[in-house]
Amino acid sequence: MPTMVIKNGHVFDPLNEIDGEVMDVFIKDGKVVEDLTRADLARAKAIDARGKTVMPGGVDSHAHVAGAKVNAGRLMRPEDHIGSVRQRTEITHSGSGYTVPTVYKQGYDYSAMGYTTVFEAAMPPLEARHTHEEMRSTPMLDMGAYLVLGNNWFLMRYLHEGEVEKAAAYVAWMMKAHKAYGIKCVNPAGVENWGWGRNVHSLDEPNIHFEVTAREVIHGLAEVNERLGMPISLHLHANNLGHPGNAEITKESLEVPSDVVPSQKMGVEWAETKLDPHRAQSVYLAHAQFNAFGGTSWRDFESGAAGLARYVNKADHVVIDNGAVPFGPATCMTGDGPSIHDLYVLAGIGGQKWSNTDVELECGSGVIPFTYLKGNPISAVQWAIGLEMLLLVEDPWKTIMTTDHPNGGVFTKYPQVIAWLMSRRARDATAAECHKWGYDRSSLGGVEREMTLFEIAILTRANTARTIGMAYRKGHLGEGADGDVAVYDIDPENFNPADSDEVIRAFSRADLTIKDGMVVARQGEVVAIPEGRRYYCKPEVDEGLAKDMMADVREWFKYYTIGFANYPVPDKYLRKPEAIVVNGAEGGW
Amino acid sequence: MVLTRKVRLSPKGEIEIMIEAESISPDTFAGKSEMEIGRLAVWQGPREAQLLEFFEIDVTEEETGDGVSAVDILIDGDASRVKRIGQRMTSGRIEILGSAGMHLGSEMAGGEIRVRGNAGPWAGMNMTGGLLEVGGDAGDHAGSAYRGSWRGMTGGKILIHGNARSQLGGGMAGGEIVVGGSVENFCGIRQNGGLIVVGKDAVRGVGAEMVGGSIVVLGRIHQFTPGFGAAGSEVDPTIGDRKIEGRFAKFTGDYAISKSPKGVLYAREAMI
Repeated sequence: MPTMVIKNGHVFDPLNEIDGEVMDVFIKDGKVVEDLTRADLARAKAIDARGKTVMPGGVDSHAHVAGAKVNAGRLMRPEDHIGSVRQRTEITHSGSGYTVPTVYKQGYDYSAMGYTTVFEAAMPPLEARHTHEEMRSTPMLDMGAYLVLGNNWFLMRYLHEGEVEKAAAYVAWMMKAHKAYGIKCVNPAGVENWGWGRNVHSLDEPNIHFEVTAREVIHGLAEVNERLGMPISLHLHANNLGHPGNAEITKESLEVPSDVVPSQKMGVEWAETKLDPHRAQSVYLAHAQFNAFGGTSWRDFESGAAGLARYVNKADHVVIDNGAVPFGPATCMTGDGPSIHDLYVLAGIGGQKWSNTDVELECGSGVIPFTYLKGNPISAVQWAIGLEMLLLVEDPWKTIMTTDHPNGGVFTKYPQVIAWLMSRRARDATAAECHKWGYDRSSLGGVEREMTLFEIAILTRANTARTIGMAYRKGHLGEGADGDVAVYDIDPENFNPADSDEVIRAFSRADLTIKDGMVVARQGEVVAIPEGRRYYCKPEVDEGLAKDMMADVREWFKYYTIGFANYPVPDKYLRKPEAIVVNGAEGGW
Repeated sequence: MVLTRKVRLSPKGEIEIMIEAESISPDTFAGKSEMEIGRLAVWQGPREAQLLEFFEIDVTEEETGDGVSAVDILIDGDASRVKRIGQRMTSGRIEILGSAGMHLGSEMAGGEIRVRGNAGPWAGMNMTGGLLEVGGDAGDHAGSAYRGSWRGMTGGKILIHGNARSQLGGGMAGGEIVVGGSVENFCGIRQNGGLIVVGKDAVRGVGAEMVGGSIVVLGRIHQFTPGFGAAGSEVDPTIGDRKIEGRFAKFTGDYAISKSPKGVLYAREAMI
C-alpha cells in the first residue's frame, strides 16, 4: 500500500477544523497518519501542493449511478450517447452518455473531479443484483446503495400494526440479503397506491389495502433505523414531489421523526476528528429542491425554499441535500412512479417517451428525459430553489450539495453549482440570462451569502460523509482516515471566487485525485484504476425475533415472481465487500 | 480569380468491412495535399486505417473567374461500403458516381452532395442546410432525427429520385424533402415543420404524431393514419414558396398526440 506526503498545500478539512492552513498531509499504507518516520519519508512519494487547495476526497451521498432504472435511462436515450463519447486509453475503457453515462465513464468522470466515494441513492430490493453488477463494473469509486423500503408490503404491514421490532428485524435481514447500506424511503404509502393509478397527498391518508399512512411509514422507518443504529439516518424522498405548494408537506414530514434520537451503533474503528464524526440527524431529506415548491398551481408557482429553510434552521434533527438544477439536459429517474407520470403529463404535448415500472411487493420506478431551460419560468425557479436551499440554511452542517444526478442535472455540473454558491455575481449573471421568474419568484436575488472553500468542503465531503455514517473513514484527513485526497489548482491567497470560469475549471479537473494514497487521476486524466470497496450493513438482531419475522416473510413470499432462494444477492456479486456490523456490541434488545 | 480544388477518389477495390469515413468532406480536404488527404484516418471496425488504403487520390486545381473558392470531391466508383461521406460538411461539393453507404451527408450544414446511385440509411440525418440529391433509392431514416430523439432536420433540401424507405423526415422541423418514387412506413413521423413531397405511394403511418409542417402524397396511401381530420380540399396548394399542382383533399393532424396539431397532409383526391 502506498505511502506519500502532500506538501505545503492549503488544507481544508472541516471535520478537523482546518481552514486553509498550509500544512503537509501524510499517508502511510493508504491511511492518513499524523507523521511519517524518517525511513517512511525516504520512500514516500512526495507531492508538491504549494499554492494549491487540498481537500479530503469528494463524497457524493446521493446520485443515481447503478441499477435497473439507471440502465432504463441508458436504454431509452440513444440520443444522450451520440454526442458524448469518451475514447479508451491504454488503461481505461471507452464510454458514452451525457446524463446517464456508462458505468466506466461515470467512474472516470467522478474521479476527474476529485471524488472518491459515491452512494447510489435508490436500490429496489428486487433489483439489488442488477445494482451490484453495475457497481462491480464501476471503476475508481468506493460505493454503497440505499435500499428502497418506503412502500414495502412487509414493512407497511408491520408498521401499521405497530410491530416496530419485527420491522427492524426485517430491515436487518434485508440489508444483509441485498448487501445494502441504508434505508431509503420514497413517497411513503404513495407508490403502493400508484399500482392502482392513485397516489397519496397528505401524511394522514391511509393507502389502499395496507391502510398505512405516510406519517406511520416515516416515523416507523426512522425508529427502526435508530433502533438498529445504522450508519446513515433515514433518507427521505417526501410526498407530493414536484407539486406546487409541496414545501408544506415537506416541513410536516421532517417534523414526524423529530422525537427520534439518532444513534449509530457501528462496529468500526473511528478515525480521529476534532468535531464529533457521528451524525446528528434522524432524517436526511433528499433533493430538497423538488420538495420546496410554493404556490398552488403552475400559474402562481414560486419558491417555497425560504419557509422550508426556516424550518431546517430550527430543526437540529434534519440534514438536506439540495438536488440543484444547473440547467441543461437531465434524465429524471426515481422510485416515485407517480411523480414521473405527472412530469410526463406536464411536459406539454404527449407522446414523450416515459418508462414506468412496478416492482412487485416493494416499490416502483419511473424514468423520463427532461431538459431544464433558462428561458422556461419553472426551470428558472427550480434553479433558484436549489441554491436557496443551501444558502438560506445557516448551518452548513445541515446541508449537502447534489444535483440528485441525473434528475436536477448531471454530476459533472457540480463545479458550476459551486461557482454559484461562491459568488453572488455569478448568480446575478445567470439570473440575467434566465426567465425573470428565477429572481422574481424566489428570494435568491436578495441573498448576499457567498460560501467559502471551507464551506464547500463541508457540503461536498465532510458533511456528506458525516451524514451517511462514513466519517469514521471518509470526508476528512484525520489520523486513520482513508488516504483519499483531492488537490485543486486553486491558490486561496490569490483566488477570485467571482471568476466563475476559473472556479469551474479548477473543480472540473482536480489537479490530483488520490485514493488510498495512490494518484488515480491527474488534471482529469485517469492514471490508475483502483478497485472500489462496496459498503453494506450487517445489522444484528435477536434470533427469536428474526425467526418470527422470517415466518411472516415466507408466508407472503408466494406473491413474488421469484423463488425465495434466488432473492438474496450472493457474495460473489461484490468484489471488494466491506461489511459494517451494526447493533453488534450491544446485542439484541 | 478563385481556386477550385478538385479531389478525385478512385476506389481501389472491394471494401470488406465497411469504413467510417467522415473525413471525406470538403471541409477536411481543404488546403491538404494528396499525401495529407491519403493519410486521413478512417475506422474499419476496430482498426484505424488511412484513406489511401481504399482510394487512389488525385488532386488538381482549377482557376475560375468568379465564385468562391471551393473543394469538389468526385468519387468515381462505388462507395456503398463507405459510411459518413460528407458528414457535417458546411461547403463545397461531393459527387459520387456509384452508390454511398450509411449516414451520407448526415448533420450536413451546407454545400452539395450528389450521388448517382443509391444512398444507405440515415442520409441527411439531422441536416441543417445544403443540398443532398440521390439519383437512385434512399434507405431508412433519410432526413430523420437520430434514434431516440425527435429533433430532426431543420433546414436544407433532400431530393430522392427513386424510392425511400421508412421514417423519412422523422422529427423534421424545417427544410424540404422531395421523393420522386414511393415511401414505406411512417414518413414524416413526429414532423413539426418543413415540407415532404412523395411522388408516388406510401404504405402507412404518413404523418403519424405530426404537429406541424406539411406532407404531400401524390400517389396512394395504403393505410391512412387514423388521427387526422378532414379539412376540405384545395387546388394547386402553395406550401411555403412551392406550388403543387393538382386537386388535393386536405387533412390536419395528428389529433392522436395533440389537441390542436398544426400538421397538414395533402392527399390527391383522385387517389382517395
